[in-house]
Amino acid sequence: MRRKYYHGEGSTIVKKLNSAEALENPSYKDSLAELLYQLADDDFILAYRGSEWLGLAPHIEEDVAFSSINQDTMGHAAMYYQLLEDLGEGSVDALAHVRTPEQRRNAILLEMANGPGDYLREPDYDWAFAVVRHYFYTAAKKIKINSMKNSSYQPLSETAVKISMELYYHQLHWKTWFEQLMLAGGEARSRMEQAITIVMDDFGGLLSLGNKGAEIVRHDLIDSEEILQKRWKEAMKPVFNSVNLQIPTRFPMKHGDGRNGVHTDDLTKAISTLGEVYHFDPAASW
Amino acid sequence: MTVKDNNQEIVNVHTLEERVLEALYFVKDPEIDAISIIELGMLEKLEVLDNKVKLQLLPTFMGCPALDIIKNNIEKALSGLSEEVEVDVQFIYHPPWTSARVSEAGRQKLKEFGIAPPPKVFGPDGSWSVNCPYCDSEYTSIDNLFGPTACRSILYCKSCKNPFEAMKPVSTLM
Repeated sequence: MRRKYYHGEGSTIVKKLNSAEALENPSYKDSLAELLYQLADDDFILAYRGSEWLGLAPHIEEDVAFSSINQDTMGHAAMYYQLLEDLGEGSVDALAHVRTPEQRRNAILLEMANGPGDYLREPDYDWAFAVVRHYFYTAAKKIKINSMKNSSYQPLSETAVKISMELYYHQLHWKTWFEQLMLAGGEARSRMEQAITIVMDDFGGLLSLGNKGAEIVRHDLIDSEEILQKRWKEAMKPVFNSVNLQIPTRFPMKHGDGRNGVHTDDLTKAISTLGEVYHFDPAASW
Repeated sequence: MTVKDNNQEIVNVHTLEERVLEALYFVKDPEIDAISIIELGMLEKLEVLDNKVKLQLLPTFMGCPALDIIKNNIEKALSGLSEEVEVDVQFIYHPPWTSARVSEAGRQKLKEFGIAPPPKVFGPDGSWSVNCPYCDSEYTSIDNLFGPTACRSILYCKSCKNPFEAMKPVSTLM
Protein backbone atom coordinates (compact mmCIF):
# COMPACT_ATOMS: atom_id res chain seq x y z
CA MET A 1 0.00 0.00 0.00
CA ARG A 2 2.80 2.43 0.83
CA ARG A 3 4.90 2.36 -2.29
CA LYS A 4 7.47 5.01 -2.97
CA TYR A 5 9.11 5.68 -6.27
CA TYR A 6 12.40 7.44 -6.11
CA HIS A 7 13.17 9.92 -8.87
CA GLY A 8 16.58 11.29 -8.25
CA GLU A 9 17.99 12.58 -5.00
CA GLY A 10 15.55 13.59 -2.32
CA SER A 11 12.44 13.58 -4.45
CA THR A 12 9.82 10.96 -3.83
CA ILE A 13 6.41 10.33 -5.26
CA VAL A 14 3.96 8.91 -2.76
CA LYS A 15 0.97 6.86 -3.78
CA LYS A 16 -2.16 8.92 -3.02
CA LEU A 17 -5.20 7.54 -1.23
CA ASN A 18 -8.82 8.67 -1.39
CA SER A 19 -11.26 8.61 1.55
CA ALA A 20 -12.60 5.10 0.82
CA GLU A 21 -9.05 3.71 0.72
CA ALA A 22 -8.16 5.56 3.94
CA LEU A 23 -11.16 4.04 5.72
CA GLU A 24 -10.02 0.53 4.77
CA ASN A 25 -6.83 0.96 6.76
CA PRO A 26 -7.55 1.73 10.46
CA SER A 27 -3.97 2.68 11.32
CA TYR A 28 -3.79 5.08 8.37
CA LYS A 29 -7.20 6.54 9.15
CA ASP A 30 -6.30 7.16 12.83
CA SER A 31 -3.12 9.03 11.90
CA LEU A 32 -4.95 11.02 9.27
CA ALA A 33 -7.74 12.03 11.68
CA GLU A 34 -5.15 12.99 14.31
CA LEU A 35 -3.38 15.33 11.88
CA LEU A 36 -6.65 16.81 10.62
CA TYR A 37 -7.75 17.62 14.20
CA GLN A 38 -4.47 19.44 14.76
CA LEU A 39 -4.83 21.48 11.57
CA ALA A 40 -8.53 22.23 12.04
CA ASP A 41 -8.28 23.17 15.71
CA ASP A 42 -5.26 25.45 15.08
CA ASP A 43 -7.10 27.51 12.46
CA PHE A 44 -10.38 27.44 14.38
CA ILE A 45 -9.03 28.87 17.63
CA LEU A 46 -6.71 31.43 16.03
CA ALA A 47 -9.49 32.69 13.73
CA TYR A 48 -11.51 33.24 16.92
CA ARG A 49 -8.68 35.05 18.71
CA GLY A 50 -8.25 37.22 15.63
CA SER A 51 -11.96 37.98 15.42
CA GLU A 52 -11.89 39.28 19.02
CA TRP A 53 -9.78 42.14 17.66
CA LEU A 54 -12.62 43.37 15.44
CA GLY A 55 -13.10 47.08 16.05
CA LEU A 56 -9.96 47.24 18.20
CA ALA A 57 -7.17 47.04 15.59
CA PRO A 58 -4.80 50.03 15.33
CA HIS A 59 -6.64 51.58 12.38
CA ILE A 60 -9.70 51.00 10.23
CA GLU A 61 -7.85 49.49 7.25
CA GLU A 62 -6.30 46.98 9.62
CA ASP A 63 -9.76 46.09 10.91
CA VAL A 64 -10.80 45.30 7.32
CA ALA A 65 -7.66 43.30 6.57
CA PHE A 66 -7.54 41.39 9.87
CA SER A 67 -11.20 40.39 9.73
CA SER A 68 -10.74 39.21 6.14
CA ILE A 69 -7.78 37.07 7.23
CA ASN A 70 -9.81 35.64 10.12
CA GLN A 71 -12.66 34.83 7.76
CA ASP A 72 -10.27 32.97 5.44
CA THR A 73 -8.75 31.15 8.39
CA MET A 74 -12.14 30.03 9.70
CA GLY A 75 -12.84 28.83 6.15
CA HIS A 76 -9.68 26.71 6.30
CA ALA A 77 -10.78 25.21 9.63
CA ALA A 78 -14.15 24.37 8.04
CA MET A 79 -12.35 22.59 5.16
CA TYR A 80 -10.40 20.42 7.58
CA TYR A 81 -13.52 19.68 9.68
CA GLN A 82 -15.24 18.69 6.42
CA LEU A 83 -12.44 16.21 5.70
CA LEU A 84 -13.03 14.79 9.21
CA GLU A 85 -16.78 14.60 8.57
CA ASP A 86 -15.99 12.66 5.37
CA LEU A 87 -14.11 10.15 7.54
CA GLY A 88 -17.19 9.67 9.75
CA GLU A 89 -15.91 11.73 12.70
CA GLY A 90 -19.15 13.74 13.05
CA SER A 91 -20.69 16.84 11.51
CA VAL A 92 -18.61 19.96 10.85
CA ASP A 93 -20.60 22.03 13.37
CA ALA A 94 -20.43 19.40 16.10
CA LEU A 95 -16.69 18.94 15.56
CA ALA A 96 -16.21 22.69 15.95
CA HIS A 97 -18.50 23.23 18.95
CA VAL A 98 -19.21 20.07 20.94
CA ARG A 99 -15.73 18.68 21.62
CA THR A 100 -14.33 19.27 25.11
CA PRO A 101 -11.06 21.17 25.67
CA GLU A 102 -9.31 17.82 26.37
CA GLN A 103 -10.33 16.61 22.92
CA ARG A 104 -8.84 19.64 21.19
CA ARG A 105 -5.52 19.29 19.39
CA ASN A 106 -4.55 22.95 18.78
CA ALA A 107 -1.19 24.35 19.85
CA ILE A 108 -1.36 26.16 23.21
CA LEU A 109 0.21 29.30 21.70
CA LEU A 110 -2.91 29.80 19.58
CA GLU A 111 -5.42 29.56 22.42
CA MET A 112 -3.74 32.20 24.61
CA ALA A 113 -5.94 35.24 25.26
CA ASN A 114 -5.08 38.41 23.31
CA GLY A 115 -4.26 40.18 26.55
CA PRO A 116 -5.94 41.23 29.79
CA GLY A 117 -9.61 42.18 29.75
CA ASP A 118 -12.41 41.09 27.52
CA TYR A 119 -13.36 42.28 24.05
CA LEU A 120 -16.67 43.57 25.39
CA ARG A 121 -15.24 45.19 28.52
CA GLU A 122 -11.94 47.05 28.71
CA PRO A 123 -9.88 44.98 26.32
CA ASP A 124 -6.20 45.68 26.96
CA TYR A 125 -4.93 43.61 24.07
CA ASP A 126 -1.32 43.56 22.92
CA TRP A 127 -0.89 44.36 19.22
CA ALA A 128 2.78 43.32 19.27
CA PHE A 129 1.74 39.87 20.52
CA ALA A 130 -0.95 39.68 17.81
CA VAL A 131 1.54 40.56 15.04
CA VAL A 132 4.25 38.14 16.22
CA ARG A 133 1.87 35.28 16.95
CA HIS A 134 0.04 35.62 13.62
CA TYR A 135 3.20 36.13 11.58
CA PHE A 136 5.10 33.21 13.08
CA TYR A 137 2.02 30.99 12.86
CA THR A 138 1.31 31.95 9.24
CA ALA A 139 4.92 31.17 8.30
CA ALA A 140 4.69 27.79 10.10
CA LYS A 141 1.34 27.07 8.45
CA LYS A 142 2.87 27.81 5.04
CA ILE A 143 5.70 25.32 5.72
CA LYS A 144 3.17 22.64 6.69
CA ILE A 145 0.90 23.43 3.72
CA ASN A 146 3.82 23.14 1.30
CA SER A 147 4.70 19.78 2.83
CA MET A 148 1.08 18.57 2.61
CA LYS A 149 0.87 19.36 -1.10
CA ASN A 150 2.70 16.01 -1.30
CA SER A 151 0.56 14.31 1.35
CA SER A 152 -0.40 10.69 0.73
CA TYR A 153 -4.05 11.64 1.34
CA GLN A 154 -5.34 13.04 -1.95
CA PRO A 155 -8.10 15.27 -0.49
CA LEU A 156 -5.58 16.78 1.96
CA SER A 157 -3.06 17.55 -0.78
CA GLU A 158 -5.83 19.24 -2.81
CA THR A 159 -6.90 21.25 0.25
CA ALA A 160 -3.29 22.36 0.74
CA VAL A 161 -3.14 23.78 -2.80
CA LYS A 162 -6.31 25.79 -2.21
CA ILE A 163 -5.25 27.13 1.20
CA SER A 164 -1.78 28.03 -0.05
CA MET A 165 -3.24 30.53 -2.52
CA GLU A 166 -5.04 32.41 0.24
CA LEU A 167 -2.14 32.16 2.66
CA TYR A 168 0.04 34.13 0.26
CA TYR A 169 -1.86 37.31 1.17
CA HIS A 170 -1.83 36.60 4.91
CA GLN A 171 1.92 36.16 4.88
CA LEU A 172 2.48 39.41 2.97
CA HIS A 173 0.30 41.22 5.47
CA TRP A 174 1.94 39.99 8.67
CA LYS A 175 5.46 40.25 7.29
CA THR A 176 4.84 43.93 6.55
CA TRP A 177 3.66 44.61 10.12
CA PHE A 178 6.50 42.57 11.61
CA GLU A 179 9.27 44.31 9.68
CA GLN A 180 7.88 47.80 10.18
CA LEU A 181 7.36 47.49 13.93
CA MET A 182 10.72 45.74 14.41
CA LEU A 183 12.57 48.49 12.55
CA ALA A 184 10.62 51.36 14.12
CA GLY A 185 12.85 51.30 17.21
CA GLY A 186 11.84 52.71 20.61
CA GLU A 187 8.78 51.33 22.36
CA ALA A 188 7.70 49.39 19.25
CA ARG A 189 10.95 47.42 19.14
CA SER A 190 10.99 46.64 22.86
CA ARG A 191 7.35 45.53 22.88
CA MET A 192 7.96 43.38 19.81
CA GLU A 193 10.96 41.76 21.49
CA GLN A 194 8.84 41.00 24.57
CA ALA A 195 6.19 39.48 22.34
CA ILE A 196 8.78 37.37 20.50
CA THR A 197 9.95 35.95 23.85
CA ILE A 198 6.39 34.96 24.79
CA VAL A 199 5.63 33.47 21.37
CA MET A 200 8.93 31.56 21.13
CA ASP A 201 8.42 30.04 24.61
CA ASP A 202 5.55 28.00 23.17
CA PHE A 203 6.45 28.03 19.48
CA GLY A 204 7.48 24.35 19.55
CA GLY A 205 3.82 23.44 19.93
CA LEU A 206 3.00 24.78 16.45
CA LEU A 207 5.28 22.39 14.60
CA SER A 208 4.77 19.52 17.04
CA LEU A 209 2.84 16.54 15.68
CA GLY A 210 2.19 15.19 19.20
CA ASN A 211 2.59 11.71 20.65
CA LYS A 212 1.28 10.14 17.46
CA GLY A 213 3.64 12.13 15.23
CA ALA A 214 5.83 9.19 14.23
CA GLU A 215 2.80 7.32 12.86
CA ILE A 216 1.58 10.42 11.00
CA VAL A 217 4.98 10.75 9.34
CA ARG A 218 5.24 7.02 8.62
CA HIS A 219 2.01 7.26 6.62
CA ASP A 220 3.51 10.08 4.50
CA LEU A 221 0.80 12.52 5.55
CA ILE A 222 3.29 15.33 6.32
CA ASP A 223 7.03 15.74 6.84
CA SER A 224 8.59 15.21 10.29
CA GLU A 225 8.82 17.91 12.98
CA GLU A 226 12.58 18.13 12.44
CA ILE A 227 12.18 18.82 8.73
CA LEU A 228 9.37 21.34 9.35
CA GLN A 229 11.50 23.16 11.97
CA LYS A 230 14.49 23.26 9.65
CA ARG A 231 12.39 24.67 6.80
CA TRP A 232 10.80 27.27 9.07
CA LYS A 233 14.22 28.48 10.14
CA GLU A 234 15.43 28.59 6.53
CA ALA A 235 12.36 30.55 5.42
CA MET A 236 12.53 33.01 8.32
CA LYS A 237 16.27 33.61 8.37
CA PRO A 238 16.31 36.41 5.75
CA VAL A 239 13.51 38.22 7.60
CA PHE A 240 15.21 37.85 10.99
CA ASN A 241 18.48 39.08 9.46
CA SER A 242 16.75 42.10 7.94
CA VAL A 243 15.49 43.19 11.38
CA ASN A 244 18.73 42.35 13.21
CA LEU A 245 17.45 39.42 15.17
CA GLN A 246 18.98 36.03 15.87
CA ILE A 247 17.05 33.09 14.47
CA PRO A 248 15.89 30.93 17.41
CA THR A 249 17.70 27.64 17.83
CA ARG A 250 15.31 26.06 20.31
CA PHE A 251 11.58 25.40 19.95
CA PRO A 252 10.26 24.90 23.50
CA MET A 253 6.70 24.26 24.70
CA LYS A 254 6.58 26.07 28.03
CA HIS A 255 2.91 25.31 28.70
CA GLY A 256 2.91 21.80 27.25
CA ASP A 257 1.90 20.15 24.00
CA GLY A 258 -1.65 20.92 22.91
CA ARG A 259 -1.45 18.07 20.38
CA ASN A 260 -1.74 15.68 23.35
CA GLY A 261 -4.82 17.38 24.81
CA VAL A 262 -2.92 19.58 27.27
CA HIS A 263 -4.59 23.00 27.41
CA THR A 264 -5.04 26.12 29.52
CA ASP A 265 -8.08 27.78 31.02
CA ASP A 266 -7.96 30.28 28.13
CA LEU A 267 -9.17 27.53 25.77
CA THR A 268 -12.00 26.42 28.05
CA LYS A 269 -13.34 29.99 28.18
CA ALA A 270 -12.92 30.52 24.43
CA ILE A 271 -14.77 27.33 23.50
CA SER A 272 -17.60 28.11 25.86
CA THR A 273 -18.00 31.61 24.35
CA LEU A 274 -17.68 30.35 20.78
CA GLY A 275 -20.30 27.65 21.27
CA GLU A 276 -22.95 29.83 22.95
CA VAL A 277 -25.08 30.28 19.84
CA TYR A 278 -24.64 26.68 18.71
CA HIS A 279 -25.66 25.24 22.09
CA PHE A 280 -28.65 27.57 22.28
CA ASP A 281 -30.29 25.36 19.62
CA PRO A 282 -28.04 22.71 18.06
CA ALA A 283 -30.71 21.67 15.53
CA ALA A 284 -31.31 25.19 14.19
CA SER A 285 -30.16 26.30 10.78
CA TRP A 286 -28.64 29.76 11.18
CA MET B 1 -32.30 24.81 -30.44
CA THR B 2 -35.04 26.01 -32.78
CA VAL B 3 -37.19 23.59 -34.79
CA LYS B 4 -40.07 23.91 -37.18
CA ASP B 5 -43.13 21.92 -36.20
CA ASN B 6 -45.96 20.59 -38.43
CA ASN B 7 -47.97 23.79 -38.42
CA GLN B 8 -44.91 25.75 -39.47
CA GLU B 9 -44.76 27.57 -36.17
CA ILE B 10 -41.38 28.31 -34.79
CA VAL B 11 -41.04 26.93 -31.26
CA ASN B 12 -38.08 26.78 -29.00
CA VAL B 13 -37.11 23.36 -27.83
CA HIS B 14 -34.39 23.32 -25.25
CA THR B 15 -32.92 20.39 -23.47
CA LEU B 16 -32.97 20.58 -19.69
CA GLU B 17 -29.21 21.02 -19.73
CA GLU B 18 -29.45 24.10 -21.95
CA ARG B 19 -32.20 25.56 -19.76
CA VAL B 20 -30.15 24.92 -16.62
CA LEU B 21 -27.14 26.73 -18.09
CA GLU B 22 -29.34 29.63 -19.18
CA ALA B 23 -30.84 29.88 -15.70
CA LEU B 24 -27.40 29.84 -14.09
CA TYR B 25 -26.50 33.04 -15.96
CA PHE B 26 -29.10 34.71 -13.74
CA VAL B 27 -27.56 33.45 -10.50
CA LYS B 28 -25.37 36.36 -9.49
CA ASP B 29 -22.57 36.72 -6.99
CA PRO B 30 -24.59 37.99 -3.97
CA GLU B 31 -21.86 40.53 -3.24
CA ILE B 32 -21.32 41.72 -6.84
CA ASP B 33 -24.71 41.48 -8.49
CA ALA B 34 -23.38 42.46 -11.92
CA ILE B 35 -21.67 39.15 -12.50
CA SER B 36 -23.03 35.61 -12.64
CA ILE B 37 -21.45 32.54 -11.13
CA ILE B 38 -20.82 31.28 -14.68
CA GLU B 39 -18.94 34.43 -15.67
CA LEU B 40 -16.94 34.18 -12.44
CA GLY B 41 -15.78 30.76 -13.58
CA MET B 42 -17.23 28.96 -10.56
CA LEU B 43 -18.96 26.17 -12.50
CA GLU B 44 -16.67 23.19 -12.91
CA LYS B 45 -19.11 20.43 -13.83
CA LEU B 46 -22.76 20.14 -14.80
CA GLU B 47 -24.45 16.75 -15.11
CA VAL B 48 -28.07 16.36 -16.16
CA LEU B 49 -29.62 12.92 -16.04
CA ASP B 50 -33.40 12.77 -16.53
CA ASN B 51 -34.63 15.21 -13.89
CA LYS B 52 -31.51 15.09 -11.76
CA VAL B 53 -29.19 18.07 -12.01
CA LYS B 54 -25.80 17.80 -10.38
CA LEU B 55 -23.54 20.85 -10.17
CA GLN B 56 -19.99 21.12 -8.95
CA LEU B 57 -18.83 24.63 -8.12
CA LEU B 58 -15.45 26.02 -7.13
CA PRO B 59 -15.53 28.54 -4.27
CA THR B 60 -13.42 31.65 -4.91
CA PHE B 61 -12.30 31.88 -1.29
CA MET B 62 -12.96 29.15 1.27
CA GLY B 63 -14.33 31.39 4.02
CA CYS B 64 -16.71 33.15 1.62
CA PRO B 65 -20.00 33.57 3.52
CA ALA B 66 -21.88 33.86 0.21
CA LEU B 67 -21.52 30.14 -0.58
CA ASP B 68 -24.72 29.09 1.20
CA ILE B 69 -26.60 31.97 -0.41
CA ILE B 70 -25.33 30.97 -3.85
CA LYS B 71 -26.40 27.38 -3.24
CA ASN B 72 -29.91 28.48 -2.23
CA ASN B 73 -30.18 30.83 -5.20
CA ILE B 74 -29.23 28.03 -7.60
CA GLU B 75 -31.83 25.71 -6.08
CA LYS B 76 -34.43 28.44 -6.36
CA ALA B 77 -33.52 29.32 -9.96
CA LEU B 78 -33.57 25.69 -11.10
CA SER B 79 -36.71 24.64 -9.27
CA GLY B 80 -38.53 27.16 -11.47
CA LEU B 81 -37.59 25.19 -14.60
CA SER B 82 -39.71 22.17 -13.83
CA GLU B 83 -41.54 20.82 -10.83
CA GLU B 84 -39.74 17.50 -10.76
CA VAL B 85 -36.20 18.74 -11.11
CA GLU B 86 -33.85 17.50 -8.37
CA VAL B 87 -30.87 19.74 -7.72
CA ASP B 88 -27.63 18.71 -6.03
CA VAL B 89 -25.12 21.53 -5.54
CA GLN B 90 -21.63 20.62 -4.37
CA PHE B 91 -18.67 22.84 -3.60
CA ILE B 92 -15.33 21.26 -4.45
CA TYR B 93 -11.85 22.76 -4.29
CA HIS B 94 -10.02 20.65 -6.81
CA PRO B 95 -9.15 22.09 -9.25
CA PRO B 96 -8.74 25.30 -7.25
CA TRP B 97 -10.54 28.40 -8.51
CA THR B 98 -8.12 30.96 -9.91
CA SER B 99 -8.80 34.50 -11.05
CA ALA B 100 -7.89 33.41 -14.61
CA ARG B 101 -11.27 31.60 -14.67
CA VAL B 102 -13.22 34.88 -14.88
CA SER B 103 -14.56 35.11 -18.45
CA GLU B 104 -14.02 38.07 -20.81
CA ALA B 105 -17.69 39.03 -20.40
CA GLY B 106 -17.24 38.72 -16.65
CA ARG B 107 -14.20 40.99 -16.66
CA GLN B 108 -16.16 43.60 -18.62
CA LYS B 109 -19.10 43.42 -16.19
CA LEU B 110 -16.83 43.78 -13.16
CA LYS B 111 -15.35 46.90 -14.70
CA GLU B 112 -18.79 48.39 -15.40
CA PHE B 113 -19.66 47.71 -11.75
CA GLY B 114 -16.58 49.72 -10.70
CA ILE B 115 -14.39 46.76 -9.78
CA ALA B 116 -11.15 46.31 -11.68
CA PRO B 117 -10.90 42.77 -13.07
CA PRO B 118 -8.08 40.62 -11.69
CA PRO B 119 -4.71 41.33 -13.33
CA LYS B 120 -3.88 38.80 -16.02
CA VAL B 121 -0.19 39.31 -16.43
CA PHE B 122 2.31 38.78 -13.65
CA GLY B 123 5.77 40.32 -13.90
CA PRO B 124 8.90 38.16 -13.72
CA ASP B 125 9.08 38.84 -9.96
CA GLY B 126 5.41 37.90 -9.46
CA SER B 127 4.38 41.57 -9.32
CA TRP B 128 1.20 42.82 -10.90
CA SER B 129 -0.55 46.09 -11.60
CA VAL B 130 -4.15 47.14 -11.85
CA ASN B 131 -5.65 49.76 -14.14
CA CYS B 132 -8.37 52.08 -12.87
CA PRO B 133 -11.83 50.75 -13.89
CA TYR B 134 -13.05 54.34 -14.45
CA CYS B 135 -10.28 56.03 -16.47
CA ASP B 136 -8.05 53.06 -17.31
CA SER B 137 -4.99 54.84 -15.87
CA GLU B 138 -2.06 52.70 -14.74
CA TYR B 139 -1.26 55.34 -12.12
CA THR B 140 -2.89 53.52 -9.20
CA SER B 141 -1.83 52.45 -5.74
CA ILE B 142 -3.00 49.76 -3.32
CA ASP B 143 -4.59 51.11 -0.15
CA ASN B 144 -5.40 47.72 1.32
CA LEU B 145 -4.77 44.24 -0.08
CA PHE B 146 -7.86 43.20 1.85
CA GLY B 147 -11.18 44.70 0.90
CA PRO B 148 -14.85 44.47 1.90
CA THR B 149 -14.99 40.83 0.76
CA ALA B 150 -12.37 38.09 0.70
CA CYS B 151 -11.85 38.32 -3.06
CA ARG B 152 -11.32 42.09 -3.32
CA SER B 153 -8.64 44.71 -2.59
CA ILE B 154 -9.00 48.47 -2.15
CA LEU B 155 -7.05 50.76 -4.49
CA TYR B 156 -6.80 54.45 -5.36
CA CYS B 157 -6.45 56.07 -8.78
CA LYS B 158 -4.04 58.97 -8.73
CA SER B 159 -5.20 60.13 -12.18
CA CYS B 160 -8.96 60.50 -11.70
CA LYS B 161 -8.69 60.58 -7.87
CA ASN B 162 -11.23 57.81 -7.35
CA PRO B 163 -10.96 55.04 -4.81
CA PHE B 164 -11.91 51.71 -6.35
CA GLU B 165 -11.87 47.98 -5.70
CA ALA B 166 -10.08 45.28 -7.65
CA MET B 167 -10.52 41.55 -7.69
CA LYS B 168 -7.46 39.93 -6.14
CA PRO B 169 -5.26 37.90 -8.44
CA VAL B 170 -5.29 34.30 -7.24
CA SER B 171 -2.99 31.77 -8.84
CA THR B 172 -1.56 28.38 -7.99
CA LEU B 173 1.87 29.96 -8.44
CA MET B 174 1.37 31.92 -5.21
